[in-house]
Amino acid sequence: MGLKQNLHTLKEKYKGTKMSPAFNAIHTFLYLPNETTHNGTHVKAADDLKRTMNMVILSLVPCLIFGMFNSGYQYNVQTGDVSKALGFLSTEFWNLDNLIVGAWKVLPLVVVSYGVGLLVEFIFAVIKGHEVEEGYLVTGMLVPLIVPVDIPLWMLSIAVIFGVVIGKEVFGGTWMNILNPALTIRAFLFFAYPTWMSGDKVWVTGAVDTVGQPDAISGETILGSLAQNKGYLDWSLMDQFLGFIPGSVGETSKLLILVGAVILILSKIGSWRIIVSTLVGALTMGLIFNGVVAQGWVTESSKFFGLMNVDFWQHLFIGSILFGAVYMATDPVTASQTNKGKWIYGFLIGFISIMIRVFNPAYPEGVFLAILLMNVFAPTIDHYVINSNINRRMKRLKVKTA
Amino acid sequence: MSKDIKIKKGLTIRLKGEADKALSNAPRSRTFGIRPSDFHLITPKMVVKEGAKVLAGDTLFYSKTNDKIKFVSPVSGTLTTIERGAKRVIKELLIDGDSQDSYKDFGIVNPDNMKPDEIKAHLLGSGCWPFIKQRPYDVIANPEVAPKAIFVSAHASGPLAADYDFTLKGKENFLQAAVTALSKLTEGTLHLAVGGSDVSPFSGLKDISLCKVNGPHPAGNVGTQIAKLDPINKGETVWTVSAQDLVIIGELLLTGKYKADRIIALAGSSVKSPKYYRTTIGAEVSTFVYDAGLDEENVRVINGDVLTGKQISLKGHLGAYNNVVTVIPEGDDYELFGWTMPVFNKISTSRALTFSWMFPKKKFELNTNTNGEHRAFVVTGNYEEVFPLDIYPMQILKACMVQDLDAMEALGMYEVAPEDFALTEFICVSKQPHQQIIREGLDLMYKEIG
Repeated sequence: MGLKQNLHTLKEKYKGTKMSPAFNAIHTFLYLPNETTHNGTHVKAADDLKRTMNMVILSLVPCLIFGMFNSGYQYNVQTGDVSKALGFLSTEFWNLDNLIVGAWKVLPLVVVSYGVGLLVEFIFAVIKGHEVEEGYLVTGMLVPLIVPVDIPLWMLSIAVIFGVVIGKEVFGGTWMNILNPALTIRAFLFFAYPTWMSGDKVWVTGAVDTVGQPDAISGETILGSLAQNKGYLDWSLMDQFLGFIPGSVGETSKLLILVGAVILILSKIGSWRIIVSTLVGALTMGLIFNGVVAQGWVTESSKFFGLMNVDFWQHLFIGSILFGAVYMATDPVTASQTNKGKWIYGFLIGFISIMIRVFNPAYPEGVFLAILLMNVFAPTIDHYVINSNINRRMKRLKVKTA
Repeated sequence: MSKDIKIKKGLTIRLKGEADKALSNAPRSRTFGIRPSDFHLITPKMVVKEGAKVLAGDTLFYSKTNDKIKFVSPVSGTLTTIERGAKRVIKELLIDGDSQDSYKDFGIVNPDNMKPDEIKAHLLGSGCWPFIKQRPYDVIANPEVAPKAIFVSAHASGPLAADYDFTLKGKENFLQAAVTALSKLTEGTLHLAVGGSDVSPFSGLKDISLCKVNGPHPAGNVGTQIAKLDPINKGETVWTVSAQDLVIIGELLLTGKYKADRIIALAGSSVKSPKYYRTTIGAEVSTFVYDAGLDEENVRVINGDVLTGKQISLKGHLGAYNNVVTVIPEGDDYELFGWTMPVFNKISTSRALTFSWMFPKKKFELNTNTNGEHRAFVVTGNYEEVFPLDIYPMQILKACMVQDLDAMEALGMYEVAPEDFALTEFICVSKQPHQQIIREGLDLMYKEIG
């Protein structure tokens, strides 16, 4: 009797008991279940939700690995242990010293995010007696990538519990939630601990502890600097594209996010409509602001000038607009569910993100707020899209009866 | 020639075990079974008792709600058993067939000189009426309501479907009689859709509006053709008849005999030598399944195709509307890391480490495993890729699940039948039972709105 048979016996034994969802959740990770179709279609396509979610996680792995190296690299550059990396494959970046510092910081975030989140999911599955849904597998991966590297683990735990319970389970679990759970977690952190989630201290590990000391580490991001009209600091465009800059753990490397986007689009898991329209929306808003500056309506003395004057296409390299467009806006449950609606939804996310970025210099990262806002409006967008279908049907009827 | 239909959205499922174009006579079945559940929403009222002798064409039962709709015996023999289930619901009627059929004589008629009412009465009296179905609701047509059009699909695009060009070859005179008769029952047109082939037995028929369809499955679904040619509005009715049943109707008109013979395709990857058989409605499927041989023991026998058919046992009987019997392997086994390993041997519309998109011509051997557990609706936008109707599939499914009659009506429930949702069910990542949801939604509407 192999493992397969033993597990099957166990499954039959615990069938119908309180613990069976928890057991099945683990069992189905080992084996595709032996369930067969009943009436309806007798054969089914190969994909299930686990496979779908798994693709999203795979597309996030490059960002996570890069984030570990980058967290260490940012620290080591400032302490002078490594010099600045020049190319993407530079050994100044991809070395063990960076990885050890970074992994020591990032891996606990991943463990806490998954551990706490899945625990909450299992508890709810057991209480409500349904199967453990896979939604959190992606959320748990996203969360460590969108927080500052030095965030205390207790803070993260509270935020995760809040996000899963309030953001998802109170609405009835996966597919009923209105807000993207990962962003709910980030929003909770942002509003509950504002000093941690913004400002110029938190984006590089060690920066908070060394404040005021002569060898203090600067934790400032490009976005924060631009918002204060201080320019690009001393990072080149290439640094920004490759990701050798401070920021949330996983969103710095635009190159790897684009790789993830390609994986998601080619595997037909992520909606290319949302990704493209979000970027178009952001570029449109950027262009409008560029126009405003060109007209001379806003001058250098304005506190909005710094970000408004950024070339429209450079907005995509700054902050987390790209990460938000590829991984956050595309969450199928909270996005618009109609294809036409997705265009509108994405466009408005990009548009509003840049608007918040420019007009809110104190907290310039507007992407997550824009996505949460559009999450709320997605059902409204769908409503109007579907209504046009309904009206077309009504019109057909009227033509007939007239 | 009316306009041609071309659809792009859809998915042709290519499976192993297509029936060879060779025709055999199935051995005569000992018993014949009629299941009232094949006739959806019909409550049978028995006319004959157990032990009675019947001729082919003798009424067995009629519909409780409309006693004009009669259901007749496909063969002559003795009604041996009326199998009942809970609340005395009749599950199956079993008839011991005589070795040679004797037929009830309904009289030879010429449909060209008949009035619509005469045709209707003739079809109702001879038990041919149940072959006519109606939309909305996808049930047996109500003879009191005149349809705005009648649709026949003579293009079978489903997986392992029987090829009408082959099964109906040489039956042109019966087909002509049937379409002539049916076309008089509507003020509108009788639309008949064929695939691309030139040898179609339908191409020379008169009294019809012939159109060509092409594109992936569900191009051959009559629902797709209705939507493209003359969509159903609220308050309208269309009738549909499947092409193989036209032969039975035509033969009845021209010979006066109700001959329930049918050429069916026995297909599927578990069948040793899949081919076509001449058999009778209600015959034991084992008569031809064992003749063709099975490759394995653990199989699923399906009355119909793998998308819309009903599961039966090897002792079961051929369904009233089916012209395919499919046998595929059961999939009741675990698969190590099956949710994440690259998949080459199953069909998928995504490319999430599934590689069927690289082999568009490959034929697959699918089993009945669900490939995952039932989940809530999560993924969006994938149903639309295989759903050619101008309807939002996920939204209408959700409306059915919450029993929102207004939304169901507004979203186009009058136009659909469960079979239209077979493909979305097939590709559903959350393994939701779409056809069942739609069926229950239609039943609810039928009950509430009628």
